[in-house]
Amino acid sequence: MSIVEETPDVEAGCTVADLRVALTGRNLDVVDEINIELRPGEVVGLVGESGSGKTTAGTALLAYSRRGAFIERGTVLFEGQDVLALPWEQIREIRGLKIAYVPQDPGAALNPAIRIGRQIVELLELHGIGTAEQRLQGARDGLREVGLPDDDEFLARYSHQLSGGQVQRVALAMAFLPRPKVLVLDEPTTGLDVTTQGMVLRTMGELCRSHRVAALYVTHDLAVVANIADRVAVMYAGRIIELGPRDAMFHQPAHPYTRALLDAIPHLSQARALIGIPGSTPGPGRRPSGCRFHDRCEYVQDRCRQTDPPDFQVGPDHTAKCLRVGEIGSWDINRGNTSDTDPNTDRDIILTVADLKVFYGRKEVVHGVSFDVAKAEVVALVGESGSGKTTISRCVGGLHKGWTGEVTFEGRPLGKGSRDRSAEDRKRIQYIFQNPYLSLNPRLTIQQIVSRPMELFGIAKGSAARDKVVELLDAVALGSTVLNLQTNRLSGGERQRVAIARALAAEPDLLVCDEITSALDVSVQGSIVALLENLRKTRRISMLFVTHNLALVRSIAARVQVLNAGELVESGFVVEVLDNPQQDYTKRLLSNSPAVD
Amino acid sequence: MTVLSPANLRRIGQQRRLLIGIVITVVIALVAIIGPWLAPYGENDIVGKPFTMEGSWLGTDYLGQDVWSRVLAGGGSILLISLLATALGMVLGIIIGVVAAYAGGWLDEAIMRLNDVALAFPQILLALLVLTAVDQPSWWMIVLLVGASHAPRVARLARGVALGIVSRDFVTAAEALGESRLRVIMAEVLPNMNAPLLAEAGLRLTYSIGIVAGIGFLGFATNPGAADWGQMINENRLALLVQPWGVLAPVIIIGIFTVGTNLMADGIAQLAGRGDG
Repeated sequence: MSIVEETPDVEAGCTVADLRVALTGRNLDVVDEINIELRPGEVVGLVGESGSGKTTAGTALLAYSRRGAFIERGTVLFEGQDVLALPWEQIREIRGLKIAYVPQDPGAALNPAIRIGRQIVELLELHGIGTAEQRLQGARDGLREVGLPDDDEFLARYSHQLSGGQVQRVALAMAFLPRPKVLVLDEPTTGLDVTTQGMVLRTMGELCRSHRVAALYVTHDLAVVANIADRVAVMYAGRIIELGPRDAMFHQPAHPYTRALLDAIPHLSQARALIGIPGSTPGPGRRPSGCRFHDRCEYVQDRCRQTDPPDFQVGPDHTAKCLRVGEIGSWDINRGNTSDTDPNTDRDIILTVADLKVFYGRKEVVHGVSFDVAKAEVVALVGESGSGKTTISRCVGGLHKGWTGEVTFEGRPLGKGSRDRSAEDRKRIQYIFQNPYLSLNPRLTIQQIVSRPMELFGIAKGSAARDKVVELLDAVALGSTVLNLQTNRLSGGERQRVAIARALAAEPDLLVCDEITSALDVSVQGSIVALLENLRKTRRISMLFVTHNLALVRSIAARVQVLNAGELVESGFVVEVLDNPQQDYTKRLLSNSPAVD
Repeated sequence: MTVLSPANLRRIGQQRRLLIGIVITVVIALVAIIGPWLAPYGENDIVGKPFTMEGSWLGTDYLGQDVWSRVLAGGGSILLISLLATALGMVLGIIIGVVAAYAGGWLDEAIMRLNDVALAFPQILLALLVLTAVDQPSWWMIVLLVGASHAPRVARLARGVALGIVSRDFVTAAEALGESRLRVIMAEVLPNMNAPLLAEAGLRLTYSIGIVAGIGFLGFATNPGAADWGQMINENRLALLVQPWGVLAPVIIIGIFTVGTNLMADGIAQLAGRGDG
């Protein structure tokens, strides 16, 4: 084991050395000690949770830093030149032409008032490439490469006339068109459905390899990285804490953080007991001394708190910033695996949905869906966007009135909207929203938020309610310290816990959970899932769990309903549906779902 | 609802524009409130010949009364009327706007179209129309008229702000729990409209002062003999070239006050735009 010597490879597509981006005016680093080499024809996945500085590191390759931050030191060696030392005129020449960037939200990157073809041609004009005819031909070739039509009709479209996946592929085509040597992709598939995501990822991988482009793929999604990257860099609190070949990273991760992240993500082929990482990623200014992960690390020792760990070689091409590399034993990807729910268990049905048809105005969006939920059982509604999964959950929760059919709770038919339901029904069915940043009133304190359902349903009042709030906050692992805070002091994961506590305050029998982990980091998702599983076991609460993530379904649900365009495609126990799908749609979803295993 | 929490006070301190606005507004308000006791002469005392520099430092007006004393004495009524009118206009407007936004559908449509009709009517015309029709206008009439003419303008803003809030999940969550509609509006929607409404109130106060002073200038003040900033401009305008202070003094003080309230409104809006209000 030795400390790695920096030897810049002249052949490399791009070598980043000792990069540090700091906040202007304050001596705080956003990212620090970034050393990474991008090789031609290779995709490097840069993975990190929110606040880890991964986007900052990515855009620094283009010598760009967002407002309020600046590149303090470091080199980005590209074709024998340090990009960071160039005057801005020359950087402009390089940007987009030799080092290209694909943004997270392609819809925002394309001008909605300019036709697609014109926009692609404009890019070539800007850099003065070719004649008018060659440019047009180049635009057509570029679109064909990403699997889009190249006819005049398509070139004449505006960006709003394309689907999300098409827009993202146009952005890819534009990035590849000037034949860049280096490509930075910033979460380009976030917000796309799995099948579209699969297509975009395959296109990107093929293009990178065939054009010998050195690509840096910035993402928070380990499963995506497992499918497309050749090497993986894991970022934490502004540093790359582990870097290595993909297989080594997923099978012999050396850093405790990488291991904890892998423990937190669900697998498609096997149910797991997910384990979250306590705490949250510290932002600039709140990062601890020594090893930046030490305050959340289960292997922490005193020296970790004092010594800044350098890169240790743990294998060929594989380094980790941990003082205890080699001391903390090996790791197994199958750690935490559990068994799926047995299809032969007895089911005590409490919620039945029969022939549910949902309308928005006159338009029917869900066409006769039927399913049921048993006591202490988690039923997942899975589908791509527009499949009607959230719509169904809103009808069950009483948030949408425009439906026909029968929803029965413990034998009683439920009213359409919440105001048509009895207080008892409103109390026993609780809805948890996708986005915890929107679902909690920012003007109220946590105590006011959580105690309100108790007051409303006459469960507890005054100091009794306060005691119960403390109890609930303990149950969702928040503690009574947050009692008098407003929600803007909490992180996303903490807010979602408050939302869960509010739902539990009504002492419900059914929780309707609408994508409740999709706005959260994987480590937080892991702990939320563990929390829900615990609630299901101890309080025997049933859950209707809406998600687009099939791997998550495997770990959390007993039964699954697969939806497509408002129809129920396939349903049954998770183990049956995922291991032995009958319908083409389910098979397609499964084959496109990124998975680490 | 903690507008004056320590954290908020600190943020206000960091916001120069807001701070300056508050200081100006408070100083002018103090002048108007305690002015009558500071005045060297009574507001109706004759201290010399008209339109000369006799009396204290700003000279005399058209009847030979002391301009400085009348400036000090004449602010109370205009500020009080403006403040009450603003408050009335804000309350009416917020009720109309929030109810429209929360109800949605045809009720929203009906309320807002009627509101558009009201908006199309010039603010000061409505006031003049009623004031000319009554024999002796009293101060509360001006409050009512100015307040009512503000309401449709406030309603439009309040509806716009409320629309962004009623669609948020925490309002839906309260509905799903079965909270009463009144409680949803009072506890969930209104507290989140603080910042834009405060900014609007500042702006409306500025307009109120303008309109109330204008009404005074046009001769519809409630008490023709009493000192009143708007009325003073009218009384002394004939001698603008001979003794300009009779006009300039009230003009300047109204100007400074509107700048102050405007800065305050701007500052609140900026603060809200930066933080979460």
